[in-house]
Amino acid sequence: MITVHINGAARQLSGSCSLAALIAELGYTGKRIATERNGDIVPRSQYAETTLSDGDKLEIVVAVGGG
Amino acid sequence: MTDSLVIAGKSYSSRLLVGTGKYKDFTETRAALDASGTEIVTVAIRRTNLGQNPNEPSLLDAVPPSKFTYLPNTAGCYSAEDAVRTLRLARELLDGHSLVKLEVLGDPQSLYPNVIETIAAAKTLVAEGFQVMVYTSDDPIIAKQLEDIGCVAIMPLASLIGSGMGILNPWNLQLIMDRVSVPVIVDAGVGTASDAAIAMELGCAGVLMNTAIAGAQNPVLMASAMKKATEAGREAYLAGRMPKKLYSASPSSPTAGIIASARS
Repeated sequence: MITVHINGAARQLSGSCSLAALIAELGYTGKRIATERNGDIVPRSQYAETTLSDGDKLEIVVAVGGG
Repeated sequence: MTDSLVIAGKSYSSRLLVGTGKYKDFTETRAALDASGTEIVTVAIRRTNLGQNPNEPSLLDAVPPSKFTYLPNTAGCYSAEDAVRTLRLARELLDGHSLVKLEVLGDPQSLYPNVIETIAAAKTLVAEGFQVMVYTSDDPIIAKQLEDIGCVAIMPLASLIGSGMGILNPWNLQLIMDRVSVPVIVDAGVGTASDAAIAMELGCAGVLMNTAIAGAQNPVLMASAMKKATEAGREAYLAGRMPKKLYSASPSSPTAGIIASARS
């Protein structure tokens, strides 16, 4: 088991998995999102090859209405 | 006559920039944007709501980036670091889009800009290839420094964000326009149509607003009013107003040929 923090909330994962797998589990595959891992942007093209580690801090964002 | 607003080499026919926050729903958002005639819309970058339905309607469906130029903002950021991270995420989100609105706030009561953090963030963003439109105070010295850093538009407040207090210091806006050669766009404080017209009559290149439209009783009608006010103010500026004559009246009708008094 590893623990990652997604948008500030802890989440248990069954083992090390790819960012693409996590995105799929969250239902965001194909959605217009952007992801930061431990302070660095992860380009969408690298989701599949990015393996998550215990303690990773992820920020997943979307565009919303704002002024 | 073409009279375009040119920002970072791209021309826009509308000088009204509109925020996409605080509307009742996306239908109202889109109707207001269409009524305003705007081409540039600000958007915020926020965490996805984990646990919510990922298939609910999104802003990008209602306000397609193919039709509007997105201006992702850093609203809610209180440090240069958070603002830079937010805009890096925005660039990834919007497929490399580099035109952004930088705002670094000082405190949550006034939402007044922290110009020290703003300058630090602007330097980093310009170095990373962003085209930075920057929200700032109406300090002409800071405005000039932000231009020198490489910002593509200077966007001073007219009054506090969301206050609707109008243009409180036209003199400072003039001082900024006297010093800065990139577009100066009033950002924040506009309350009603006459405020937008005054900003444009002063010679500002454009006006950016959100609450003045979204917070009106009828946002779509106010969006239409803002479109007209921005255009009217711009035309008045280009036309060149008559000089003010403080202590002398001047009749508009001929002084000769007036009929004689019947009483003498």
